[in-house]
Amino acid sequence: MNHSDETLLDDADETVRVRLVVNGRKVACEVAPRETLVDCLRNSLELTGTHAGCEMGACGACLVQLDGRAVHSCLMFAVQADGAAINTIEGLSDSGLIADLQAEFHRRNALQCGFCTPGMLINAHELLSQVAQPSREEIRDALSGNYCRCTGYEAIVDAIDAVAKARSAGGGAT
Amino acid sequence: MKARAFSYFRAATIDQALDAHARAGDDARFIAGGQSLVPALSLRLQAPRLLIDITHIDALRGVRRDGGYLRIGALTRHCEMLSEPLIAEFAPLLHAAAPFVAHPAIRNRGTFGGSVALADPASEFPAMTLALDAEIEIAGASGGRRIKADDFFLDLFETALQPGELITAVFVPLFKADQRFAFDELARRRGDYALVGCGMLATFTGERVDDIRISFFSVGNTPTRVKGAEATLIGSSLDAERIAAAQAALEGDLAPPDSDEVPPAMRLHLARVLLGRLLGRLGEGA
Ligand SMILES: Cc1cc2nc3c(=O)[nH]c(=O)nc-3n(C[C@H](O)[C@H](O)[C@H](O)COP(=O)(O)OP(=O)(O)OC[C@H]3O[C@@H](n4cnc5c(N)ncnc54)[C@H](O)[C@@H]3O)c2cc1C
Ligand code: FES
Ligand code: FES
Repeated sequence: MNHSDETLLDDADETVRVRLVVNGRKVACEVAPRETLVDCLRNSLELTGTHAGCEMGACGACLVQLDGRAVHSCLMFAVQADGAAINTIEGLSDSGLIADLQAEFHRRNALQCGFCTPGMLINAHELLSQVAQPSREEIRDALSGNYCRCTGYEAIVDAIDAVAKARSAGGGAT
Repeated sequence: MKARAFSYFRAATIDQALDAHARAGDDARFIAGGQSLVPALSLRLQAPRLLIDITHIDALRGVRRDGGYLRIGALTRHCEMLSEPLIAEFAPLLHAAAPFVAHPAIRNRGTFGGSVALADPASEFPAMTLALDAEIEIAGASGGRRIKADDFFLDLFETALQPGELITAVFVPLFKADQRFAFDELARRRGDYALVGCGMLATFTGERVDDIRISFFSVGNTPTRVKGAEATLIGSSLDAERIAAAQAALEGDLAPPDSDEVPPAMRLHLARVLLGRLLGRLGEGA
């Protein structure tokens, strides 16, 4: 990715090849440097489960896992992710890792339009991988960067709380 | 909105980053966590022709003891302020401030060096470098230097960094057994920037304050030490009278800017409330 002197400033409109491991599969795509990761995931890789809302880091709809941690895909450029491993909501769903969270969201009506739900699930997954038994206060705190316009947050907190308890009790929530 | 087109260069070493910046002149920006820069680019508040990615420079990483200091690499992420045991032990004020910085996913990418370089007056960490009497290590074309936090923050988003200079690390004096710290902020919503925030570090002999550094954020154009309030507390055992005197001294220390949202008098009031609360906690040994 290094440029020689004269091209340092002159390839702004050219595309760059980036290699990623997305949902466990090696992929390469051509991106302009100014293309954000969320746009690359949605447009080039057709992984439209990751949503673009505010594109300012405020709503949480665009969360993905980058090298194992939740990050906003609207707050980085795809070129920055060259060489990284990314899991989107599609990958997490297919893996079955969050099946209990998804079932509990469904059961408790913790989604209506579903626009915010992928980000909510990625954040909930991150929280539960760090704190086995978060308090409701901690759940609220962890979700403070995710906007949901439809359900209110009570049902979402309930769902995450229920999964945490079920996992700690040794089973799944389902 | 989308960023204006730019070229991207991934630097592997400090020299490469400095060199690329020198060649591009004013048209380059370093990108670390990008959690402030990317929104600024998307809004086209900034439109550099070159982004220099510094996140792959190993020399900017890591937290370790260095003499009487903790050396915190510029690329240390906000989330590492919470998870790194050396920070909890030797820079507990930073550990206490970290949960108030944005939201978890932003903390996963935002960097300490980026926050200090940006010098947002509403940010937690720049203000805490003042309370901690930290030193900022800088690399530039003309060599390296270390500068006291007291001399680093000059004006709104303006620091002692010259164009093209890089923060490499922040040196924080090791926390000692006879010291106590306190931190808190008042915000409308968890994760939002504070209406008023404050952190402090004091050295005690028994219950007597020998030395204290108190730093506010979101009260002016820069993070602000309140030297008048500090002076009233030296030699005090933090009784109610001295705390009230320190609160009164804030009038001379702070000049909150006029804003429609929060009038200066209200911000000053909130600062007094917060100061009283934190000194109370410090007196109880917290
Ligand atoms: C929704 C939202 C809420 C937020 N809330 C808060 C909050 O409550 N408190 C808070 O403090 N912050 C908050 N932030 C900002 C966030 O914490 C940023 O991570 C931080 O301010 C900048 O760090 P960064 O590593 O992301 O820097 P970048 O965005 O990469 O860079 C910021 C600036 O610093 C320069 N820079 C970066 N690193 C260096 C270096 N080592 N040397 C020299 N220059 C450098 C860049 O060129 C750029 O000009 C919030 C951000 C968002 C999107
Ligand atoms: S789209 Fe990324 S946080 Fe809103
Ligand atoms: S379910 Fe519609 S925004 Fe949350």
